[in-house]
Amino acid sequence: MSGHNPGGSGWFRYADPTDTDSAAAVINEETAEQPQDWPAEAVRAGVVDGEDDYYHALHEVTLQATRAAVRERETSTEQQLHHSIAAMDDAERTANELAERVVEWAGSLAGDDREPPADGIDGVRTVAAWTPETPAEERVVSLAERTVDLDAERAALRSFVESHAPTVAPNLAEMAGPVLAARLLSLAGGLESLAKKPAGTVQVLGAEDALFAHLEGRGPSPKHGVIFTHEYVRGTRPDDRGSAARALAGKLAIAARIDHYGGAFRQSIHDDLDDRMATIRDREDEV
Amino acid sequence: MTPAPTAAADLPPGIERRRFDGRERLATRGDRVYGEPQDDEGWRVWDAGRSKLGAMLELGMEPGFDGDDGVLYLGAASGTTVSHVADFAGPTYAVEFAPRPTRDLLAVADVRPTLFPLLKDARAPETYAHVVEAGLDYVVQDVATRGQATVALRNRRFLAPDGRLVAAIKARSEDVLADPGDVFAAVLDDLRGGYEILDTRRLDRFHDDHLAVVARPRPDDVS
Repeated sequence: MSGHNPGGSGWFRYADPTDTDSAAAVINEETAEQPQDWPAEAVRAGVVDGEDDYYHALHEVTLQATRAAVRERETSTEQQLHHSIAAMDDAERTANELAERVVEWAGSLAGDDREPPADGIDGVRTVAAWTPETPAEERVVSLAERTVDLDAERAALRSFVESHAPTVAPNLAEMAGPVLAARLLSLAGGLESLAKKPAGTVQVLGAEDALFAHLEGRGPSPKHGVIFTHEYVRGTRPDDRGSAARALAGKLAIAARIDHYGGAFRQSIHDDLDDRMATIRDREDEV
Repeated sequence: MTPAPTAAADLPPGIERRRFDGRERLATRGDRVYGEPQDDEGWRVWDAGRSKLGAMLELGMEPGFDGDDGVLYLGAASGTTVSHVADFAGPTYAVEFAPRPTRDLLAVADVRPTLFPLLKDARAPETYAHVVEAGLDYVVQDVATRGQATVALRNRRFLAPDGRLVAAIKARSEDVLADPGDVFAAVLDDLRGGYEILDTRRLDRFHDDHLAVVARPRPDDVS
């Protein structure tokens, strides 16, 4: 019950409880080993008039502190990367869906003097260039224009991801490529949790359905999750893909740890991976 | 008007069974949070299917709330359950680690003067021991991370000697593959390192593979 406690002090000792801004910073930054009867201590210290007064101040201060902490965490580059890769996928999926619709619809309107549009976004570009002559053509051309715009947004999102992934995780982005790096970060729930995952988990991130099917005894163990999109996995012959995926995942896990705990770019792990992949691919030539 | 119908008479003060759409439901009195039904006296439904603590009360467990307890709630998420706790309890500290749900929790806390939201990691109580007071009546725990027993043990420092831990243990957070029964046994074993277990109940009727635990801190060693 002395004025000092060995485990640390209450938040109100660091800042005036009615000065919400500085008190909020104290809530987010200070620590204490052991809690005390803070309301009583604050009254005793004379910083508040009574317990009701204390709780009133505490309410204001915790709201403010937590609002600021949420904002800080949510606007971090890592979080922005997470949203942008998800948005890129949404834009791509939606653009493809609309492209199918536009091509099918425009095909029915092509008539004699126009080529029916090709499949995909190229066909949509052709349709967007038509001069509409009927109300139906006006609609399909307008839809085509919007689809082309959406595809452009997808491309813009992709370049945003490409420029931001290296600032979040330079080694991971170098090794995996920025888009795959962003996907891995997204699936793992951030750089910190990716850095804490074992290589075997990194190898099958994104293949959770197959993994759990395997664990329940329905099906083989998955060799790779999203890392399949990496040239080192996809470009390796099927017999060696398991080895390639394992080697890549191992180095990716290390890259994530360097990025999280260190932060500097390290050329040697990239060289190590290249050597290892060369060895695996040599097997192909030997047969 | 009429006093609340009391089917199971032993609900704590501030929690009642009220009639909504012809069914008896648990309810507390306060501002609506998630579109739940509310009657003209301000009582709003506490949905046991969305709240593990609600499920415990619905299943007849008696944590012993007395109407103005000090509570530390770990794993507050969007504030669904903690909003009801703040309705019937005293000072209520709500700890949540993920920023997204905490955004919703802030709105819940904004209109409840005794609810104090904190964006903190429940595994690191020293990051909020300068804010959360000692000698609380309850630590309510609903954290879906591995090491749920460790979280409970580390947060024991906030409990009064006669306080209670009320925890919902999620088997799948510890080990997705092991049999939930084995997981619960292991967690209870760890909990006994600092708590005396008073009551346990499976919540499967409302929440799959969850075990409710009521425990009191053991007086001997320190946390």
